[in-house]
Amino acid sequence: MIQFNQICKRYPGGYEALKNVSFEVAEGEMIFLTGHSGAGKSTLLKLIAAIEHPSAGSIVVKGQNVSSIQSGALPYLRRNLGLIFQDHKILFDRSVFDNVMLPLRICGFDHRESAKRVRAALDKVGLLKREKNNPIGLSGGEQQRLCIARAIVNRPSILLADEPTGNLDADYASDIMGIFKSFHQVGVTLLISSHDESILRRFKGRVLALKKGELCP
Amino acid sequence: MKSWLVSHAHVLLFTLRRFFTTPLSSLLNILVIGIALSLPAGVYLLLKSVQNLAEQAVGSPQISIFLNMDASKDEVAQIGKQLKQHAAINQVKFVPRDQALEQLKQTTGLTDVIGGLTQNPLPDAYVIYPKVSDAQALEALRDELQKWPKLEHVQLDSAWAHKLNAMLKFGLLAVLMLTILLSFALVAITFNTIRLQILTQREEIEVSKLIGATNAFIRRPFLYFGLLQGLLGAGAAWLIITISLYLLNNSLSELTHLYVSSFTLHLPSVGESFTLILFSAYLGWLGAWLSVAQHLWKIEPR
Repeated sequence: MIQFNQICKRYPGGYEALKNVSFEVAEGEMIFLTGHSGAGKSTLLKLIAAIEHPSAGSIVVKGQNVSSIQSGALPYLRRNLGLIFQDHKILFDRSVFDNVMLPLRICGFDHRESAKRVRAALDKVGLLKREKNNPIGLSGGEQQRLCIARAIVNRPSILLADEPTGNLDADYASDIMGIFKSFHQVGVTLLISSHDESILRRFKGRVLALKKGELCP
Repeated sequence: MKSWLVSHAHVLLFTLRRFFTTPLSSLLNILVIGIALSLPAGVYLLLKSVQNLAEQAVGSPQISIFLNMDASKDEVAQIGKQLKQHAAINQVKFVPRDQALEQLKQTTGLTDVIGGLTQNPLPDAYVIYPKVSDAQALEALRDELQKWPKLEHVQLDSAWAHKLNAMLKFGLLAVLMLTILLSFALVAITFNTIRLQILTQREEIEVSKLIGATNAFIRRPFLYFGLLQGLLGAGAAWLIITISLYLLNNSLSELTHLYVSSFTLHLPSVGESFTLILFSAYLGWLGAWLSVAQHLWKIEPR
């Protein structure tokens, strides 16, 4: 499903975020990406979504070489990915419902069909009652769940989550991990990064540990 | 196909809503575009009306023939007969010198001055309406008549119309130049509006790109906005022109009532209105397109 071949990422200025990283993720796997902040977790996830581009090596996602992707094909790659951001990237000029609607509008879905899907996604993360609210009134945990709803409404086969439990207390965090587990059970491939290993210990799943840009064996 | 149409309709609605979220600045923009357009378009219509008048004069030319003061009654009648028999002349009207003086008294109100004259200074005259109407043939006819005996002066009355026409052509060229300059201004207005919109919607654009929006999808609402702004601006221009011409016509009818002729400014025709609207919409679209091409690629998600 996802393949990294000797990936190096050097930022302008010479900082090396990733050094010679190679791994492979099979379909339906749940992967935990761990390491201290600055270890290169975010960079790795951004490379998969072609938000960043590798300095060397190649990345293959669903049989497509992402590192040499044409800019015209990029949107269609991203539609297969559900992205969950550490900073949520929620739009505050529209309702909770419309935030989740955005990916379906972009793909040109029929309006009635998409409304059903949006409600299903909101129901899954427990925000159905808040659909008409403005997201500014949501708590941190709720905003994170809104971000998850937006990522899954498109039914992507791959879900990438960057520090989804980053600044949440333990109860919220295990809530969210529970949601991820349910996706894993229906066959979604998941990559979840976290610096908090105590949460990860409670879930079964392969762990990729990064240390200063290198993959620990 | 259906979903494509629906998504376009959705964008159109969305764009309209965007107009209403900032009503004052939208209104001001539309007004600026309207004023900038109504200037050249209005002047164009004015010139067009005057040109119509000139063309009417050119289309039915007349030649005035003034006879020598010493021509006897017989000679005058003889010349009238000859004129009537001339192959190139359609109609002949005789204006006796007494009648001409009477007319002068009535139309100019110089009764006192004219009353003080010891004798009538005006000659007998003929007004003829030739069959030909092109300038060269008319001049040839005038030159021919000029050689006849007892004719003091032969005057081609449509000569002024030709001169006016030449001046109008110059005026239209000036309008064209004004149009080109103001077109640049319109493109600049839309360019700037869209630039500001892109800046304020930076976040939405970024998120949309992350979620898999194509560039066409992101561009679309901005292009629609430019197009719509152009359309509404043209509507404003049309209203400004029509209302001004209507008001001008009202006071003009009072003015021309004092003279014989009836002269009205013609309002924009359907074709002219369409041209105005399409032109303005195109300029709006162009401004938006340039702005999007210039600014959108800079917003890449990090």
